Amino acid sequence: MNAVARHIHPGWAIIAPLLVLVVALYLGPILNIMWLSVTDPEPGLGNYRKLFEGDTLLRIVWTTLRICVITTVFSVTLGYSIAYAMVHCHQRQKNYMLTLLLVSFWISILVRTFSWLMLLGRNGLVNNTLETLGLISAPIAFMRNELGVLIGMVHYMIPYAVLPLLVSMQSLDSRVMDASRNLGASGSQTFWRIYLPLTLPGIVASTLLVFILSLGFYVTPAVLGGGKVLMVAEYISVQLLVTLKWGTAAMLAALMLAGVLAMLWIMSRFMKLSAVFGGSTR
Amino acid sequence: MADAFSGGSLRIEGVSKYFGAFRAVNEVDLEIRKGEFLTLLGPSGSGKTTLLMMIAGFLDITSGDIALDGSSIAEVPAEKRNFGMVFQGYALFPHMTVRDNIGYALSVRKRPEAEIRARVDEMLELVQLQDFANRKPGQLSGGQQQRVALARALCFAPPVLLLDEPLGALDKKLRVEVQEQLKDIHRRVGTTFIYVTHDQEEALSMSDRIVIMRDGAIEQVGSPQELYERPATRFAASFLGKSNFIHQNGRAYALRPEKIDIHLGSGHPQARRSGTITSITYFGSMQRIIVETTEAEQIEVDIDVWRNRQPLHEGEVVELSWQDAAAVELNES
Repeated sequence: MNAVARHIHPGWAIIAPLLVLVVALYLGPILNIMWLSVTDPEPGLGNYRKLFEGDTLLRIVWTTLRICVITTVFSVTLGYSIAYAMVHCHQRQKNYMLTLLLVSFWISILVRTFSWLMLLGRNGLVNNTLETLGLISAPIAFMRNELGVLIGMVHYMIPYAVLPLLVSMQSLDSRVMDASRNLGASGSQTFWRIYLPLTLPGIVASTLLVFILSLGFYVTPAVLGGGKVLMVAEYISVQLLVTLKWGTAAMLAALMLAGVLAMLWIMSRFMKLSAVFGGSTR
Repeated sequence: MADAFSGGSLRIEGVSKYFGAFRAVNEVDLEIRKGEFLTLLGPSGSGKTTLLMMIAGFLDITSGDIALDGSSIAEVPAEKRNFGMVFQGYALFPHMTVRDNIGYALSVRKRPEAEIRARVDEMLELVQLQDFANRKPGQLSGGQQQRVALARALCFAPPVLLLDEPLGALDKKLRVEVQEQLKDIHRRVGTTFIYVTHDQEEALSMSDRIVIMRDGAIEQVGSPQELYERPATRFAASFLGKSNFIHQNGRAYALRPEKIDIHLGSGHPQARRSGTITSITYFGSMQRIIVETTEAEQIEVDIDVWRNRQPLHEGEVVELSWQDAAAVELNES
């Protein structure tokens, strides 16, 4: 046996096949995309330079970020109230609410997106009802704009926002809140000084989850934005399938990957990510 | 330190608590004196914690009234009652330092920073945690956490301090140490302490008075000596200390094992029972001897190993004697 082999733990032999599979099927394509972004159509940083050459690409990136931030803020805020209500109501109501939440979680994104079109479109249920009642004279433009995209995305993201918050709130020791009251704190003082800080890991987890999922959103912006709200994912697909500029598509994909990794890194500076994703804080 | 506190007196009148049809506390009347150390002692399910939670204001009372220094507090919410409380498991705020934990009650009352600082320093000194002010609770041992909880509950000089099995999570040796500290702090601050426990040793060694609870009602109230020497019922006699129960002339008596003398052989002039030793257990300072009498009773006798050096063996015939005062007549119901 040579010196190198002796330093390799035999356990590696067991996980080696899986490791090869992960590298081949996961890391490989990612590296390939990053490689494409600097080689197609010609070697160099030309694709990245395009970001700053016209304002089209920057506008798309900016639209994507704006929509993702707004979606995240609304989903997490609404999700927090829903999770709070679920944790603090009776078991029966909680089961109802959990069922409703999971049902909407399981329904296909296409079905959910098109239902919004039925409800809020120009001739949708809401506009028709309001017109029949004489409350409005022309239909309100809910769809085919950024508002439509936001409504659809927030709706889709709420279950993702609720679940980490629910876990975080359920693991709280209710005696800590009793202690706060006993020491003379009002309900709102207890909430801001005890409850909210203690559920912060859940808020961070749900923010990260929703934001990262939103970044890659494709179906909802495409359908509810009506081609007017162009986000990165849709633009990538156009570059891939229509204009065949794979280099630009790869550049945008690499940019998003870098963005997500940077966000995780920044968060890890502030708190242990293991705590955010369900691990113990101690 | 003592001048910052003044203990409050509590009057509990006919208090009951129902959870649905289940009666957790039944018509409890109790007078708690200013500055005393009162222990609610009972097995689990006896209603002692429920009673404490009603005093703290976390549970509504179904009927009856609770008054502090003569005025009713039954309708006052928990956050307005100004009672300190040490929770089971302490319920410290895990995201705050020891200093912020202790100062929390003053901070939510919006007192000036300097006053909070000075007061917290005083409390840190009281519980001897000066060097730990900037640690988080997770970095402290169980005993230290218990002291933080105590300091946090005493920081705003409450008239009444409620303690819900505060030593339950500590190991036995530490528990004895903390008992001493608690007693000392009680003496120094003068606050009324209401202490809930199921541990009879804790109750005996710390309390001014003990309330024995059973099935939601008070079984007996008295000083540790009164309860130990003169238990009124079979339950009180067996829950606080050990007791033999003997019947004589149709009456029931409780008889503590250490108040019985044991004599080898037969024909002792004061002998009240005779029997055979069925088991001997050695505990170091004393040994516990179980005697099966000719009346078919099992009687436990605790004897001092040093003062009774005659060797005893299982199967030997012995006689038992005790003074008249040792046997306490019970109200058998």
